[in-house]
Amino acid sequence: MPLPPDRGGSAAMSGTEPAGARAPVERVSITVDGRQLRASKGELLIAAAEREGVYIPRFCYHPRMREVGMCRMCLVEVKGPRGFSLQPACFQHVAEGMEVVTGSPAVKKAQDGVLEFLLVNHPLDCPVCDKGGECPLQDQTLTYGPGESRFVEEKRHWAKPIAISRLVDLDRERCIQCDRCTRFAKEVAGDPFITFLGRGDHTEISTFPDRPFSSYFSGNTVQICPVGALTSAAYRFKARPWDLEQVESTCTTCGFGCRMAVQSSSGRLVRYLGIDVDPVNQGWLCDKGRFGFEAAAAPDRRTQPLVRISGEGGRGTTGTGATEPRSWRQALELVAGRCNEALASRGPASIAVVGGSRLANEDAYAWAKLAKGVIGTDSVDAQLDDGMPAEMVQGLPRATIDDACNASTVLLLGADPREELPVLFLRLRRSLAGGSTKLVECVPAATSLTQLASVSLRYLPGEMASTVSAMVGGKGAGSDPDRRSQLEAASVLLGAAPQSPPSAGDAREAPEQAGELMPGTGVVVLIGRPSLAESSRGITDSAAIVAAALPGARFLPMLRRANLQGALDAGLAPGLLPGRVGLGAGREHYEKVWGAVPAARGLDTAGILAGAAAGTVEVLFLLGADPLSDFPDQDMARAALEGARFVVTVETHPSASSAFADVVLPAAGYGERAGTTTSTESRITALGQKVVPPSLAWPDWMIAAELCDALGSDLGFESLSEIWSEMVDVSPLHRGLGIDPFDSGNRRWGVLVPVPADPQSADPQSADPVSADPVSAAGERGGAEAGKPIDPMAVPGIGSVETQGSASMAGSARSWLDQLPAGIAHSDGRLPPMLCWNGEPSSGPMPKRDGYALRLIAPHRLYDQGTGVQACAALAPLSCRAQVHVNQAELDALGVPAGGAVLVTSAKGRLELVAVADPALPRSVAMVPFNGSGAAVSQLIAAGSEVTEVRIENSRGSR
Amino acid sequence: MSEPPRIVTSRIGSEGSHTLDGYLASGGYEGLRKALSMTPEAVHAQVSQANLLGRGGAGFEAGRKWAMLAPGAVRYLVVNGDESEPATFKDHMLIESDPHQLIEGTLIAAYALGVARAFIYIRGEFALGIERVENALEEAYQYGAVGRDMLGSGFSVDVVVHPGAGAYICGEETALLESLEGKRGFPRIKPPYFPAVIGLYGVPTIVNNVETMSNLPWIVLNGGDQFSALGQGRSTGTRIFALSGHVNRPGNYEVEMFKTTFRDLVCSPSLGGGVRDGRQVKAFIPGGVSSPWFGPDQLDMPLGQDEVGKAGSMLGSGAVTVMDDRTCVVRAAWRISKFFWRESCGQCTPCREGSGWVEKIMRRIESGEGREEDIDLLLDACDNISPGLRWPPAQTTICVLGPSIPPSIVSGVQRFRDEYLMHVKEKGCPFPLTGAGARP
Amino acid sequence: MSRFTGDSLAYARRLVSLYPQRRSALIPLCHLAQAQDGWLTSDAMEHIAELLGLEPAEVLGTASFYDMLHTEPVGRYLIGICTNIACLLEGGMELLEHAAKRLGVHPGGTTGDGVFTLEEVECVAACNRAPCATVNWRFFGPLGADSFDRLVDDLAAGRLDQDVPRHGVLSRTVRRRGLDVAPEDVAAERERSDREKASRLAASATEAPKAATAGTPGAQAPKGSSGGHPQPGKGSK
Ligand SMILES: Cc1cc2nc3c(=O)[nH]c(=O)nc-3n(C[C@H](O)[C@H](O)[C@H](O)COP(=O)(O)O)c2cc1C
Ligand code: SF4
Ligand code: FES
Repeated sequence: MPLPPDRGGSAAMSGTEPAGARAPVERVSITVDGRQLRASKGELLIAAAEREGVYIPRFCYHPRMREVGMCRMCLVEVKGPRGFSLQPACFQHVAEGMEVVTGSPAVKKAQDGVLEFLLVNHPLDCPVCDKGGECPLQDQTLTYGPGESRFVEEKRHWAKPIAISRLVDLDRERCIQCDRCTRFAKEVAGDPFITFLGRGDHTEISTFPDRPFSSYFSGNTVQICPVGALTSAAYRFKARPWDLEQVESTCTTCGFGCRMAVQSSSGRLVRYLGIDVDPVNQGWLCDKGRFGFEAAAAPDRRTQPLVRISGEGGRGTTGTGATEPRSWRQALELVAGRCNEALASRGPASIAVVGGSRLANEDAYAWAKLAKGVIGTDSVDAQLDDGMPAEMVQGLPRATIDDACNASTVLLLGADPREELPVLFLRLRRSLAGGSTKLVECVPAATSLTQLASVSLRYLPGEMASTVSAMVGGKGAGSDPDRRSQLEAASVLLGAAPQSPPSAGDAREAPEQAGELMPGTGVVVLIGRPSLAESSRGITDSAAIVAAALPGARFLPMLRRANLQGALDAGLAPGLLPGRVGLGAGREHYEKVWGAVPAARGLDTAGILAGAAAGTVEVLFLLGADPLSDFPDQDMARAALEGARFVVTVETHPSASSAFADVVLPAAGYGERAGTTTSTESRITALGQKVVPPSLAWPDWMIAAELCDALGSDLGFESLSEIWSEMVDVSPLHRGLGIDPFDSGNRRWGVLVPVPADPQSADPQSADPVSADPVSAAGERGGAEAGKPIDPMAVPGIGSVETQGSASMAGSARSWLDQLPAGIAHSDGRLPPMLCWNGEPSSGPMPKRDGYALRLIAPHRLYDQGTGVQACAALAPLSCRAQVHVNQAELDALGVPAGGAVLVTSAKGRLELVAVADPALPRSVAMVPFNGSGAAVSQLIAAGSEVTEVRIENSRGSR
Repeated sequence: MSEPPRIVTSRIGSEGSHTLDGYLASGGYEGLRKALSMTPEAVHAQVSQANLLGRGGAGFEAGRKWAMLAPGAVRYLVVNGDESEPATFKDHMLIESDPHQLIEGTLIAAYALGVARAFIYIRGEFALGIERVENALEEAYQYGAVGRDMLGSGFSVDVVVHPGAGAYICGEETALLESLEGKRGFPRIKPPYFPAVIGLYGVPTIVNNVETMSNLPWIVLNGGDQFSALGQGRSTGTRIFALSGHVNRPGNYEVEMFKTTFRDLVCSPSLGGGVRDGRQVKAFIPGGVSSPWFGPDQLDMPLGQDEVGKAGSMLGSGAVTVMDDRTCVVRAAWRISKFFWRESCGQCTPCREGSGWVEKIMRRIESGEGREEDIDLLLDACDNISPGLRWPPAQTTICVLGPSIPPSIVSGVQRFRDEYLMHVKEKGCPFPLTGAGARP
Repeated sequence: MSRFTGDSLAYARRLVSLYPQRRSALIPLCHLAQAQDGWLTSDAMEHIAELLGLEPAEVLGTASFYDMLHTEPVGRYLIGICTNIACLLEGGMELLEHAAKRLGVHPGGTTGDGVFTLEEVECVAACNRAPCATVNWRFFGPLGADSFDRLVDDLAAGRLDQDVPRHGVLSRTVRRRGLDVAPEDVAAERERSDREKASRLAASATEAPKAATAGTPGAQAPKGSSGGHPQPGKGSK
């Protein structure tokens, strides 16, 4: 049975149909307990009733999964031809005139009966159960159940609990067979590694022997289990629900922007739970985000400013000198002093800032203003040459997540969504499985979506652009007939092929309407960096080719780094100023509001590191950046850290690079500071603060402000709300964002930027993501759902805590948003224009292939050696390993057994790695995950080179 | 009683009945030949005229079911040979002893319905049966009755024999389809109500019982009117009744519907041959363990679909089990509840948990550990499985296995409440074990 | 050995080809694996998953639903004794008790020598021979204590090897052919019949279908046979 259609989405993007063509939902009227209710035809009774305030108890029903009608808790009386009968409300589709009774004696008895049956085998170990206190079974038994059980016999017994993965424990005795976890694993995540075993009341949840439930999404099953059967190993026995405090926030593990409840107990973060936000995560989280709460209290957490003391007057070049704690004032004066020296001797360009995607929007703005407006350097880059060029990201016509999930065709370029933005993968998977959206992928290796793709094209590193060109332009398809037909199929799905002429008698095909269908209309391009062993030229050229050939297409960049979008929007990239404004276009405006802007375009990270190595960059700020781990060329990063005269890190946790720091400034981390964040689809939401930063750690904006002070200047704001007002005032991207977008119900959904000046008149066909949003699309769906209370059965643990009087969702962290001055009116002419990217494919040939070598792919993996994973005890062991993956045929040709050690040699370096046979890879390529454990593939990669060729040989001989 | 024809059991007991030679020697595949010379609609019309009630338990008229088959480029026919209703053993016999008749019936249906592939789902425990049908199918392919251009008619169909693997619930038609799709045998939730609209792999599918299929060659050869001339009212033709329990001659008997009574079946010398050891009937189960029990007062009821229904039970799967006056009704009902507990698929809470609880209470009462209030508790637990404890039972579960749990208990308590109480008061079963050492 | 190899792999592939969707072959493949190994091993389930494009957990989850599929080793002979209603009335419970004593194992257990596994089974549709037992799903009955003991002796001595193959073997004939009807033919056939039906219906709505003339019923077996079906095994006398 197909899944119900994805609920979100703007009408404008539904296939190739013109805007608003989606059939209107037929409304019906039903009677529930004597009350007339309006509902959409075909909607589930349980959902329609809930929306109107009639709550029907349930266990198996979950609004984001296919209904199965198994628990029978939702029985209500429905009138049929032969009078009223008990029917499951979760399986009744409403129809005009339907009559329903939810509180009759018959219904009451049925509810009593089901609960009593459920307790026949469910152990009453609530006092020692993690779920006790927020357990739907407990709660519903209290509300709807019998006073006591008449069951006197022996319950079923099983050993408990058993670990079904490193992250999830299972207590089979408590399971009530609701099929939520198994349905989630199979239908939502596509990882059917857990299953029902056995039959009848001996049904248990199980994995296959020796194959754990290793899904990136396993934690969701813990969240939706309506009893304490599935529990989180990391949260186990950490807190009791009634001691929990919580605040709503947005996950910043990647750029997708999942909304979550951040929960603490005794001042410590103890649990994150996904909140259902229709246009974003729909309740789900990935495990990396969910279990990231351990990072805050990691033992090596930065808590106070440190200054390196060895090597009098400076630091040793080895990066091994000892550090000592200092007061903030001492540390900042030291930093300011060095900055002033550098400014005096070599000018602002000798100071550079790398990083910034960890920061909240306000922090990023403060640092941008400090660097560009006060210090005057444009050598600022939030990326580490590990993503996509900022101007491209900022200037492509943008699609929303809903657009992508409702597109007629999604073109996936480069990276695997599951590794980059895991919950985007869940959303897409559902759309693709539903059949209305088709996928064309052009990737170097099979992805998690390949099985659902209509066309899946492989390219050899370095040949992405030519492949894309053949696909959209029909040129250079080559001689292989299979590939040619694939390219043709892709071309048709993308609307790149010439449209067939309108048939004669078709009245709808008025010439001007037909003309409106630009090639690529209804296509959303997902674009992400496929490999760090290949320069970003392939992706840039490909984007340029697609944008030119498919002017109707829109792009959703896959930005894996936390708030990279917000950092770029604040101007943390060379050549950019806040609000998606180019340095040239914004100079005049920002000179006026900031007083000064950099004289010329600065360096990107590669340039900065080269400059540091060469001695031209003297002071290097690492703003939560770890070039030694994340920059593609490790040798270059090392040379830079060694070469820079003065390195300042602003960080929450130590990293490989911070060993080189002369000064370490401790920053407040996630859950410890408020602010806003901007997701990959440009949705701005509020971050919640639930705990205080440890010891002396400060929010990043405050560090910028105080450093500015130490430099003898003034950033001009003393609170988050003052920064926000300034951003809204000066940035064209944030114009119109006063208090309103975050008001009451819409707060959870945040707001997509830019907000059109006049939402009503906005052309839905133009790149106007806001039309999908409740703020402007005052549709029947929007506002009401955004403000909907959290269903304690869909997400146990959030709503029920609230009702017990703990901190409310609108916690202190948000209140500053409410105190903002009313929306600021703009005269648009006052603000500079936003970027528009008209990239041209680069000319110049790609390097010739060396017949003997393999081309290296070094993609990002969700779990790697990065701080986000390594600072969490539960996640750290899951890190990918640095092994070399090759196709079995290639292994055979090389004469290397799978599992054997091989030497991998590039022009740059050599590593000994274990070889793995990987069916996801085509021939002629080798894949080593970037930043995996055991070895650094960045030792094989040379900064700036187009591709990386490697040779693989048996390492036996060389030992 | 006039001698009714033997429609489906004519070859039973004769040597080589399961081989092609034996089958052809007794008129085999003539029905198919004739059907192929007719239009599919004409074949369908004969079946409708016969008013052949499905023999799988629900008694739905086959011609009407066929008429519901939704249009579609691909459609399937699935034959239900999962026979697992306790005390039912007619399909087992038909499968083992006359596999060609089953195949011929299947082919006739396939032709009438215009399907290109038919699956015969056979209960996995019928090892010999599966072997025989596989053999017969091989022979039939060679003979040209199955496969491409059947018997030169231009019509083609493939038949696949699919073994089950031991789960009563897979007899329920939607569970059977799930099982055939390689999944756990979970009955599908309704709506959609009919596999004829959404069935195997989501396409229109007809599911019919083995005995239903086995009737088709005769009906086509002799005409639907000949079939409907037998019996009375909705109960036309003959039907196999599987007679078991305390009778002298347990076995399968094909008798004319309605014209025969339960007493005939049990007592007629050519049929059941009377209650063993000259004992009295204490109670009997008229239509499989899902049906409410009858007492000796109901022995003279005709074997008619509607008559039995009106009396508060059903002919169901055609299994009649006789219990003599030495039988412990509590033990019998307990064993039946144990069956449902062991066979519940586990989807719906009331069935999954209710069956186990009811079994435990029954076991307690039977073993003398029951309390007086347990009897009402039992009835209330049953009421929570099928509200109202009425007939036909109310269904609040996905399939009718749930509502099948109470009838044996409830009808037993109604008739023999004092025996239940006796178990409680005497703290044990007042009846000696039946049948101990009865067999050499 | 528990993955399929050689002939068994070829047969496994043929089984898969019989179904419109691969997963349908799951139960037949599990039987095939049991016929090969006597029970369903993890390796076999992994191989089945591979052949069907499933996760091993899905194979296990499905197999575990079915009583006949054993994911733990069982004896060479699986003896099932029915205690359901018809057998109960004829002494099935006592037969089970006797069997447990004779074999020295509780229902569900396997004898120390790994020859016999005893199970209490639900009705196996042989009620005319109650109380009955199955051995590797070959039927025996009616059985009493003595005839049961003789059956066990005969099995142990190999005297019934002809009738009772080792556990796991269901049908000793395997399907040799794949599908005969090409899917295109099938589709064309259907289309044609639909078209004809439509035109026939359009042409003559008045002409009632001619009733088939009554043929002669097939030769009837002499009345009076009990209808009990033949006994495959000779172990019970
Ligand atoms: C729990 C349950 C078990 C069933 N078992 C069988 C069975 O073993 N054999 C059978 O033919 N029908 C069985 N049925 C009935 C089938 O669902 C279905 O009605 C029947 O196969 C249709 O065939 P018919 O119309 O020819 O009778 C069962 C139904 C239920 C609810
Ligand atoms: S483990 Fe929890 S979610 Fe899974 S079936 Fe059991 S009760 Fe439901
Ligand atoms: S049956 Fe409706 S919620 Fe479970």
